[in-house]
Amino acid sequence: MRPILLSGHERALTQVKFSKEGDFIFSVSKDHVVCAWYSANGERFGTYHGHQGALWTVDVNPTTTLLATGGADSTMRLWDVKTGKLLKTWDYLTSIKRVEFSEDGKQLLGVTEKRTGQLSNIYVYDIINDVDAEQTSEPSLHIVVDELPRVTVAGFSYLNKYIITGHEDGSIAQWDAKTGEMLNNVYSHEDGMLVSDLQWSADRTYFITSSKDKTAKLHDTNTLEVLKTYVADTPLNSAAITPDPQQYVILGGGQAAMDVTTTSARQGKFEARFYHKIFEEEVGRVRGHFGPLNYVAVDPTGKCYCSGGEDGYVRVHHFDPPYFDFKYEVERERERGKF
Amino acid sequence: MAPSFEQLDPETEYDDAEEIDYSDLREQYEVRMEEGLDTFIVIDGLPKVPAASKDKLVKFLLRKLTTAGKTKEENVFMPMDEAGEMSEGFAFVEYETPAQAAQAVKTLHATPLDKKHTIAVNKLTDIERYGREGRIDETYKAPEIAPFEEKEHLRWWLGDDDGRDQFVMYRGDNVGVFWNDKEDQPEQVVDRQHWTESFVQWSPKGTYLTSIHTQGVQLWGGPNWSRQKRFMHPGVNLVDFSPDERYVTTWSHRPLEVDENNPILSLEEDGKNYIIWDVDTGKPLRSFVTLDLPSLASDNEGNPIKQKMQWPAFKWSADSKYVARMTQGQSISVYELPRMNLLDKVSIKIEGVMDFEWCPANPQRDNIKEYEQLFCYWTPELGSNPAKVGLMSIPSKEIVRTRNLFNVSDAKLHWQSESAFVCVKVDRHSKSKKSLATNLEIFRVKEKGVPVEVVDSIKDTVINFAWEPKGDRFVLITAGEVPSGSAVPPKTSVSFFCPEKAKGNAVGNFKLIRTVDKKNNNAIHWSPNGRFVVVATVLSQQSFDLDFWDFDFEGEKDEKDKDLTANLQLMNTGDHYGVTEIEWDPSGRYVASCASVWKHRMENGYHLYTFSGQLLREEPIEQFKQLLWRPRPERLISKEEMKQVRKNLREYSRQFEEADVAKRSSADKAVVEARRQQLEEWLAWRSRTVEDLVEERRDYGLSDISEEQQALIIEEQEGESKVVDEVFEEILEESEEILA
Repeated sequence: MRPILLSGHERALTQVKFSKEGDFIFSVSKDHVVCAWYSANGERFGTYHGHQGALWTVDVNPTTTLLATGGADSTMRLWDVKTGKLLKTWDYLTSIKRVEFSEDGKQLLGVTEKRTGQLSNIYVYDIINDVDAEQTSEPSLHIVVDELPRVTVAGFSYLNKYIITGHEDGSIAQWDAKTGEMLNNVYSHEDGMLVSDLQWSADRTYFITSSKDKTAKLHDTNTLEVLKTYVADTPLNSAAITPDPQQYVILGGGQAAMDVTTTSARQGKFEARFYHKIFEEEVGRVRGHFGPLNYVAVDPTGKCYCSGGEDGYVRVHHFDPPYFDFKYEVERERERGKF
Repeated sequence: MAPSFEQLDPETEYDDAEEIDYSDLREQYEVRMEEGLDTFIVIDGLPKVPAASKDKLVKFLLRKLTTAGKTKEENVFMPMDEAGEMSEGFAFVEYETPAQAAQAVKTLHATPLDKKHTIAVNKLTDIERYGREGRIDETYKAPEIAPFEEKEHLRWWLGDDDGRDQFVMYRGDNVGVFWNDKEDQPEQVVDRQHWTESFVQWSPKGTYLTSIHTQGVQLWGGPNWSRQKRFMHPGVNLVDFSPDERYVTTWSHRPLEVDENNPILSLEEDGKNYIIWDVDTGKPLRSFVTLDLPSLASDNEGNPIKQKMQWPAFKWSADSKYVARMTQGQSISVYELPRMNLLDKVSIKIEGVMDFEWCPANPQRDNIKEYEQLFCYWTPELGSNPAKVGLMSIPSKEIVRTRNLFNVSDAKLHWQSESAFVCVKVDRHSKSKKSLATNLEIFRVKEKGVPVEVVDSIKDTVINFAWEPKGDRFVLITAGEVPSGSAVPPKTSVSFFCPEKAKGNAVGNFKLIRTVDKKNNNAIHWSPNGRFVVVATVLSQQSFDLDFWDFDFEGEKDEKDKDLTANLQLMNTGDHYGVTEIEWDPSGRYVASCASVWKHRMENGYHLYTFSGQLLREEPIEQFKQLLWRPRPERLISKEEMKQVRKNLREYSRQFEEADVAKRSSADKAVVEARRQQLEEWLAWRSRTVEDLVEERRDYGLSDISEEQQALIIEEQEGESKVVDEVFEEILEESEEILA
C-alpha cells in the first residue's frame, strides 16, 4: 500500500510510538512539539504544547489515557491524551533521554542524561491511571548509575521485575526494579558502540537492541543471553519486533549526516530493513526517507509500522499481503505437519 | 650503616664480570668511536717523485682533491723516503669534515692520473680497521655452506582439486588470501593483520605475495605463507618484478642513505632510488638514481611542473634477459642480466625519444632465425624532422622498421600479447592545432618486412585502446572535445575492430565492427584468454556501468558482418556503484569489480561476475582496499592436448555440472537443516518462557496476559471483529418409545 507521509514536524523526529491498540501514533521531534495521529489515515489528532526544548522521548500507557514525554528542557511531562492538558511536570538537572510505562501502566520510568558532573539517573514513579488524580512528585525508586557508562535506553521487563538499560559502551544491564540493585551486566555489542534503542516483544520476555556497531541483537530478558544477531551494513538507530504470528524484526538507521560526504540517498542507506527474526536473514527493505531513520515502531496489532526520520517525516507503511504470506519452506513444512 | 658506593671493594665488584669472556660480543658490537681521524684519507698509487717536484705533484693533486671537499696545501702530507730524496708514493690528506673525506673516497678512488698511475683513495680509519695485522685472516677459509633445507612447494595452489583460483584481499589492517567459490562465500586460506604497510602485489606468475614495509619488501609463499625473501630498501614505495620472477626492482622517492655498517647494502647504493635485486640470492645487483624528467610545461609562477613519474621506469624484455630505461629525449640504456652491465657499454642514443615498450613475448619475425628482442619507441617532431616510430632489435641494435609521422601531439605504444602486432596510437592535431584526431599505425611484426596498416577513420581522440590477448581484435574508446569549463566529462564512444577474413593463416585488414555511441565508458578489460571483454566506466561520479561483450557469439551472424572474423554481441550489463577497478581472474571465468577506499569512501567492497556478466555475489566490505587474483604461470599442456580438451568439452562440462549440482544440493540441504533446527530451538524456547511467564503471573494473582496485551483484545471485542457465539440445536432423529 502507498505509505502515508506524516509531515507535521519541522525538525528531525526522535521517537514514534503506537498506542497499545495500534490506532494512534505519537511522535516527538526536535521542534518541541508532540503530535498524535490516527494510524489508519494519517490525520492529525492533536498536538501537545509546553516543552521548551527538543524532545527525545515519548510513551503512552496501556489504556491510551496518559502520555509521558521527556526532552532537552530537563523535564518529564505527563499529558492527558484526550484533551492535551498538561497533568504533571517533573524537573531535573539534565535532559530526559528515555521514558517508558510499565506493561500494567502503573509505573513510569525516566532516564536523565549524564552530563557536566551529573550522572545518569533512572527515576521510577508510581502512576495513577486517572487524568484527574494528583500524580506523585516523589520517585518510588531512584537509581544512580555510577559504575557503568552513560545510560542511553531503558525499559521495564515483564511483571515490572527488572529494568533493562543499554549503555554508551555497548553494554546491557539488568536491575532489580524493586530495589534498584544491579543484577547482571553483559557486553553484547561491540565495545564503545552505543546502544541506540531497546524495544520489547509483546510479552516483554525478550527484547531487541540496536547499536552503532551495525548490528541488532535479540536478548532473553531473564539471562540477557543473546538469542539472535542481525547484521546490517550501516549504524543502526532503532530496531522493532513485529507481533506474532509474523516473525520479523525491523531495523532502521543510516549514515549519520556528519559522516556522509555526499547527500545521495543511495549512499546513506536510509532504508528500513526487514529481517527474519528466527533465521537472522534479511528479507526486504523499504526505501523512502532521505535522512537516517531515527526510530521505527510497529503497530501492536501487526497491521502497519512507522518510521521517524532525520528528514522530519514520519512514514506509515501498511503491510501488503506478501508480508503476511511470506514463509520459509521449513515454516510451511511445520504448519503442514501440524494439520 | 649501609656501605656507600665509594666504600665498596672494587675487587668484589668486578669479579663476576671477569670470569665471563665477552670478547666475542665486544667484537661483534664494537662501537666505532669518533676517532677524530674521519677527516683523513690516504692516497696510494702516486708516482714517486724527487723532492724537487713534490710541490708540483701536491698542487696537481689538490686540483683533484678540492673537487670533493675543502682542503689546502698544508693539509696534504706526502712522506719522503729515509734519505728524503724521493717520495714514498702515497699521501695523507685532511679534509674539513668527515663527509668531505667520504665524498673524496667515493669520487676519487680508482681515478687514473696518467697511463701508469691510478690512485687508490681510502679512509685512514679503514686502513686501520682492515689493514691492521690480524684483522683479516691471512689464510683462506672456505665459507660455510648451510645444509640444504627443503623449501615449501611454491606452486602448491595450482594443485587444487576443483581448479579454483585464489585472490588476495586487503581491507582494514588485514590481508587475507581466499579461494574463490563462485556464488558461495570465498574460503579463507590465510589472514594476517598488518601483513603489509601500504599495499600487496603478486609476482607475475603468482609464486610470491609481495608486502611493502618501511624497511623494505618481503616475499611470501608456499602453503604456510612463510617468508621466502626480503629486500631491505628503507622507504620503498613501489616494486616491480621481471616477467620470470628472477629479479625485482624496488623504488623509493627518497634517495637511500646507507650507513657503512649496513650488512646488505653497500655504499654503492647510497643516494640511489632504484635497486634491482636478484630474487634467488636476495642481493642487490645494481642501483640507480631517479632521472628527473625534463619539464616541458611550467606553472603560473614559472616553476616547472613536476611530471608524473613513469612506472615501471625499468622495463623488462619478455625473457628477462634485458632491462632498459629511457632518458627522456636522449637515449635508452639497455642492461644485460644477470650482470646488469650496460649493453655494449653505451646507451643507445635516440634523439628526442619519448617512450618505448618491449615486445611482451619473444618475437617471431619472418625469416629471422637469430635470437632477438624488440622494442618500439617514438620520437616527436624535432625542428624540420618528422616524428618517428621505430622498432629496434636487441642485441644487434638494428632498426627493423621506422615510420615517419606528421602533426603528432602524442603517441602511445600498444603491443599485442604475442608480439604479433604493435599498435601506435597517434594523437594528431590539425594544422591550426585546434582539433585532435587519432590514427592507429599497426605494425604487423610477424609479416615479411613488417608492413604497417593505418586506421585513420577515427574522428575523435582515442582515450583507451586494448588488444585482445592472444588474438588480433581490439577495442577502443573515443571521447569528443570537452567544452571548456564543463564539469561533465564528454560522452564516449566504444568501437570494436577485427580483421577481415583472409585466405589461409593471413590476417586481413582491420575493419570496424561496430561503434556504440553516447556512452560514458573509459575502461577496457579483456578476458586473459581473449574473446570476452568488459567495457566499463570506472572512477566516475555519475555512472558506473559494466558491459560484457562476446566477440564470438554463437548465434546468428549479421549479413553485413559476414566478411569479418567476429560476431559481436552484448551479453549482459552490470552496474556497480563507485567501481574503481576491474579484475579478471587468470582463468577468464570470473570478473571482480572493486570499489576501493583508496579512491573514495562510498560502498566499498567488490562484486563478482561470471565472464558473461551474471552477478554472483555482492560483497560490501568496510575499509576495502585491494583485491588481486593470483596469477597463474603459463599452461604446460601442449596445443594438441588443448585441442583434445576443446573437442571433448561437452563431456568435461557434463562432469563439472554434475559436481556442481551435487555440491549445491548438499549445501542446500545443510541450509534447510540449519533452519529447521533454528526454528525448533526458537519455538521450544518460546513455549518454555511463555509457560514460565503465565505461571509467574498466576503466582502473583494476575490474569494470564498483561494490561498491554489486554488492550488488543478489548479492541477486538468492541470492533467489528467481535466473536458471536451462536448455538444451534438440530434434531437429527426423533423416535418415540412407549413405556409399558
